[in-house]
Amino acid sequence: MEQAIPPAAHGAEHEATTTGLNHRKLLMWAFLGSDCLFFAALIASYLVYKGRSVVGPFPQDVFDIPVTSVSTFVLLISSMSMVLAYSALTRGSLKVFRIWILSTALMGMTFLAFQVFEFRTFATHKIEVECAGLEVQELTAIEQKVAEGCAAGVEKVVEQHGLTPKTNLFGSTFFTLTGFHGAHVTIGVIWLLSLFLYSFRRGGVTPERHLDVDLAALYWHFVDVVWIVIFTVVYLFGVFEGFQ
Amino acid sequence: MATLTFPIPRPIHPTGVWGWITTIDHKRIGILYGITAFVLFLTGGIEALLIRVQLAAPDQDIVTPEVFNQLFTMHGTTMIFLAIMPMGAAFFNFIIPLQIGARDVAFPRLNAFSYWTFLAGALMLKLSWVLGAAPNAGWFAYSPLTGLAANPGHGVDYWIVSLMLLGIASLAAGFNFLVTIVNMRAPGMSLMRMPIFTWMTLLTAILIVLAFPVITVALIELMFDRTFGTNFFVVSAGGNPILWQHLFWVFGHPEVYILILPAMGIVAEIIPTFSKKPLFGYPVVVLSGVTISFLGWMVWSHHMFTVGLGPVANSVFTVTTLIIAIPTGVKIFNWLGTMWKGSILLNTPMLFALGFVGMFTIGGLSGVMHASAASDAQQQDTYFIVAHIHYVLFGGAIFGLMAGIYYWIPKVTGRMFNEAVGKFNFWLLFIGMNIAFFPMHFTGLDGMPRRIYTYSSEMGWSFWNGVSTVGAFLVAVSMLIFVYNIAKCWLRGEPAGDDPWDARTLEWSIPSPPPEYNFVEIPVVQDRDDWWAQKRRQVRRAVPVAGGSEDGVEHSIHMPQASYWPFLVSIGLFIGAYGLIFNFAVAALGGVLAMISTYAWSFEPVNEPEETPSH
Repeated sequence: MEQAIPPAAHGAEHEATTTGLNHRKLLMWAFLGSDCLFFAALIASYLVYKGRSVVGPFPQDVFDIPVTSVSTFVLLISSMSMVLAYSALTRGSLKVFRIWILSTALMGMTFLAFQVFEFRTFATHKIEVECAGLEVQELTAIEQKVAEGCAAGVEKVVEQHGLTPKTNLFGSTFFTLTGFHGAHVTIGVIWLLSLFLYSFRRGGVTPERHLDVDLAALYWHFVDVVWIVIFTVVYLFGVFEGFQ
Repeated sequence: MATLTFPIPRPIHPTGVWGWITTIDHKRIGILYGITAFVLFLTGGIEALLIRVQLAAPDQDIVTPEVFNQLFTMHGTTMIFLAIMPMGAAFFNFIIPLQIGARDVAFPRLNAFSYWTFLAGALMLKLSWVLGAAPNAGWFAYSPLTGLAANPGHGVDYWIVSLMLLGIASLAAGFNFLVTIVNMRAPGMSLMRMPIFTWMTLLTAILIVLAFPVITVALIELMFDRTFGTNFFVVSAGGNPILWQHLFWVFGHPEVYILILPAMGIVAEIIPTFSKKPLFGYPVVVLSGVTISFLGWMVWSHHMFTVGLGPVANSVFTVTTLIIAIPTGVKIFNWLGTMWKGSILLNTPMLFALGFVGMFTIGGLSGVMHASAASDAQQQDTYFIVAHIHYVLFGGAIFGLMAGIYYWIPKVTGRMFNEAVGKFNFWLLFIGMNIAFFPMHFTGLDGMPRRIYTYSSEMGWSFWNGVSTVGAFLVAVSMLIFVYNIAKCWLRGEPAGDDPWDARTLEWSIPSPPPEYNFVEIPVVQDRDDWWAQKRRQVRRAVPVAGGSEDGVEHSIHMPQASYWPFLVSIGLFIGAYGLIFNFAVAALGGVLAMISTYAWSFEPVNEPEETPSH
């Protein structure tokens, strides 16, 4: 693909290179390698503190796997539309490219909206205890505390025990990890939208300059792959018995 | 080519101060890095002298305990992040493109960004002396000393944000040199024909790229604890201060090799040149470097032997640490083997290189001593460790870097330094440093803890501490001699010629100082010590530049143009980092400036369209 471009077309960055790889592409791979260590350190911090929180809420109290599965699905599908956008561009169809890159960005924004919703839900998490037929042993520690509000004539006690970064170790590690992933997605969305808008400028996005899109796609796929790890390690392992 | 236009015109041929601010020439950036790092090195030296004055005699109170804590914290942070690393970066910038036969680095504007962001981080750290208070928790900033309870002032915050800025600068430089070395070598320069300094720089770049994200996460967690009330290192919430130690040293030990590998590379260039022999066992030297870089990731817990990680962890890390001494020792024997039966010229660069070999070996030997967990239990946090780190980083890294300055200054300036002054400089420094640091082995084994602001006369440490202080001042004097020698060389040294050392690598095949475009013709490499080979066979091999005769060729070389966007992004980051400490509105302002400048930078072509050849 690279050889098809006349070497002088885009200035010094497209000179023949030792490996044949474009400088910018090599840079992006090096950056992604570096970013792997960034997320590895965040995930390691999460795992080191897993189950060490002194007070709740704990993962099984707040996680809603069906909801997060939907947002995960949307983010993963966006990788496919990213591929379609790149493929449309290399085939020279700018219109199709615009459709797919915009839908990729929209799916990224959908994921972010889910994340905002999820963070808000966690922050306002409520604990309900039915006072009738109370079996104290079956309650979690935090529920037992709430159940102290049960007095004669009270049917149900509801207390807000939100999860914030300050609440406990789970909150600190969870919000930092998923927050930085969200920041990565945000940067990706800005990048994709910039490409979308730039494509309306004559010569802004062209099949010859497909590398501009290729780099954004690499980044986008990487952010997706990181989410697969986070979803598995944080969400699934956090809820299902045997992984706790 | 479509471009977005911005209201300020691009600096095409800027001159004067503006020329330096907007420069993207790797040689100018290298000089900026070198001078800045050396000035910062002197400030770290002044901090060290104050420490030594305070400790010169028992029961002194020249500085308060609080200021003493700030002094050793700033001294350590300065020397590691503001002096040795950027001095290494100065060599990467100036030398690497010349050694691999390239006209610039892969991303010239990113290179300028690295320098300005480094300067922003350095200023942020140093300004903490003036704006509030300097950090006081030691250069590895162990939790809980850095928690809000123990450290309510802003010193630690300054330390966090400046290290973040320096990390961004180092990462940008790491990516740049990784791509440059992998992708911009002259035709024929296979990996095993690369000059050894280029090899060590490649390994350093890989270590930077992989190690700095880890410290970034540690800094983020600490910052969140202090700013947003998270619980990462809050023990009452179940947090574990040991996590900080792990994250810090997972970064910190590769960092040690980030500091020493460039110096090893420099020494491995100098010793063959002045022994008139090729480097002995070149493939083994390369392999040792690769092995050190790999094993450097498996030894971090040897900084934590006394934490109580348990006998299994301590045993494993003892073994890995002992193993890493093997490739290091191999390198030392390679340098000795290079000199064996060579015709050795003992001039200033060679003396410094030999000083490196000797002093680094002493530091390496004490390193092997505390590689053993049992023995380390006696040595942890004593002056024995201080002696070790100064033998490897001063006797090692600084000697190597000074050898490099003396070796390449004729190439940088086109002028020659005074050899007699250089030799005097070396001997005074060599003697001074041994007087300063060797006694620390004695006081350390005698139980003197590091980081105490004074000691009682009954401890029996007074004599050797006095000796150390005398040595520190000898080091200071010899540094002034060094500044004098280099400044005089630069201003009115004798012309040095293009190749004063009859050296081996490509940077000596071009004029001194090199022209802006470095190489008129891109060289074709057929040998490991290619410039030697070309001189011996009296042939010059090169790829002529397309178009134009020899005379007109300079006008057909299109170098990337200057740009002020990297500088503006760095200013944005500086404002943003300052805002992170005091005011999030200011942080947002800095972030917006950085983002707008990044956009402008992305849409700015390497060369303005009218300057590129028509096609």
